[in-house]
Amino acid sequence: MKLVIGIVRPERANEVLEELYRANVRGVSMSRVQGHGGELDRVETYRGTTVRMGLAEKVRFEIAVSEEFVDTTVDALAEGARTGEVGDGKIFVLPLERTVRIRTGETGESAVTPIDGGVAR
Amino acid sequence: MNGIDTGDTAWMLAATALVVMMTPALGLFYAGLVRSKNTLNTFMMCVAALGVTVVSWALIGYSLAFSEGNAIIGGFDHALLNGVGFEPVEGQTIPQLLFFAFQGSFCVITAALVSGAVVERMRFGPFMAFITLWSVLVYPVLAHWVFGGGWLADLGTLDFAGGVPVEMGSGFSALAAALIVGARKDYGRQALLPHNAVYVLLGAGLLWFGWFGFNGGSGLSAGDSGVLAFTNTFLCPAATLVVWFTLDLVRGGKVTAIGAATAIIVGCVAITPAGGFVSPAWALALGAIAAVPSYALIVWRPRTRVDETLDVLAAHGMAGATGIVFIGLAAQLAWNGTADGLLYGDAAQLGHQLVAALATPAYAFAMTFLLLKLVGALTSLRASAHEEALGMDVTQHGEEAYLTGEGAILLTATPEEADRVTSRAA
Repeated sequence: MKLVIGIVRPERANEVLEELYRANVRGVSMSRVQGHGGELDRVETYRGTTVRMGLAEKVRFEIAVSEEFVDTTVDALAEGARTGEVGDGKIFVLPLERTVRIRTGETGESAVTPIDGGVAR
Repeated sequence: MNGIDTGDTAWMLAATALVVMMTPALGLFYAGLVRSKNTLNTFMMCVAALGVTVVSWALIGYSLAFSEGNAIIGGFDHALLNGVGFEPVEGQTIPQLLFFAFQGSFCVITAALVSGAVVERMRFGPFMAFITLWSVLVYPVLAHWVFGGGWLADLGTLDFAGGVPVEMGSGFSALAAALIVGARKDYGRQALLPHNAVYVLLGAGLLWFGWFGFNGGSGLSAGDSGVLAFTNTFLCPAATLVVWFTLDLVRGGKVTAIGAATAIIVGCVAITPAGGFVSPAWALALGAIAAVPSYALIVWRPRTRVDETLDVLAAHGMAGATGIVFIGLAAQLAWNGTADGLLYGDAAQLGHQLVAALATPAYAFAMTFLLLKLVGALTSLRASAHEEALGMDVTQHGEEAYLTGEGAILLTATPEEADRVTSRAA
């Protein structure tokens, strides 16, 4: 079991979601974060005040997967997020000590394996 | 002064200001309908119209619409506001200067309306170039046809407040613009949703408020036709809302907010040409009827490849045509003192209305197509795919709509500020 964290450009978030969907990776958390990875700064002007936006908007994906899905998940993240320019982001893979599916109390691998056929209402 | 009525003038001053407010209201309405990264750019397209088309209207647009010319287009007599002063135009009771401003405010909102077809991808410079040309070669020509003594006016076509130049003019221009600029890069592949429904509702509400000046002022007086149009502007959108609620309920089981905002616009548009010509009862009927074709087009259009993004064709082109044709059915001499429609015994009036409903879309579509081809031959109309992904606010304007206002690094401030910082350092 691994936790895959991908920090990507917000404008690539939809592509990443598409790639993950195609790779059959379900169970994703997404959040907006601000960060800096050495990319060129964005300069904006408001009423004569020119500023450098030091931190860039990023989207952070968190995906807990079983061992067999680690590589496909990493590939999907990289594939969706890559533009080739500085600032495409990073992927981190961390070991997971314990996972619990709250509804059923399942733990471990079965807690990160999606259930088929359920449609959210 | 000669033939000036101060009561009429007072109302028309207020009505003009109401119509001017409609353009930023439209900016709010449109800004809510796009993604958050395009909020400012979308709003700014409407603000752009407040700049360039007011100037072009003063320089040449008003003259091409309202000075003596031929059946198609006016002349240059009033170019640069020549001869536009306190004297009224023949048959009117307000200063021509005020008539000029009132009509100019219509040109502005119409140019701004067209932006709905190209938001989220068209570059800002080419857009301004386009609406400048458009406000000289499309709007004044259509206005001349019905308001300035052109061929539709001669034919007997009735258009109270601009079903031809404003509503059908913008709607079919929008269709041409969407086809030439092309769809957004992710159109049809990803969900591209409105980011703030509250803006949309508030924008629609302010548009309705402004529309009382738009339609209520189009009698150019505080007289009967203005009062009739004013009240019909109260009634017609209400009927559209009720029918729209019902259609929403039947189709999705829920009444939607964005649907309601759209219904207000559709109702206001439908009554625009008919306001001063049909009875209040028929205005209610028109509101109910107009909901159906516009609703159908709004449901159908996103399934096509045509990314006419904010459905200007459905809300304005379609509803405007419905209103124009409806005059031919329900116009009533007893209410308007001008003409009867088919239901009151004059079938010919319906013919005159149908001619306008065919000729206007043809001209607006063809001319917009040509103008955008021209601008497109000189410069790229679209932002790059990368810029489109980043958002038009940052790439076109170097600003964002939703900042916390802190956390950025100061580069340069005002000169005084820079001095202060330097002297402190020394």
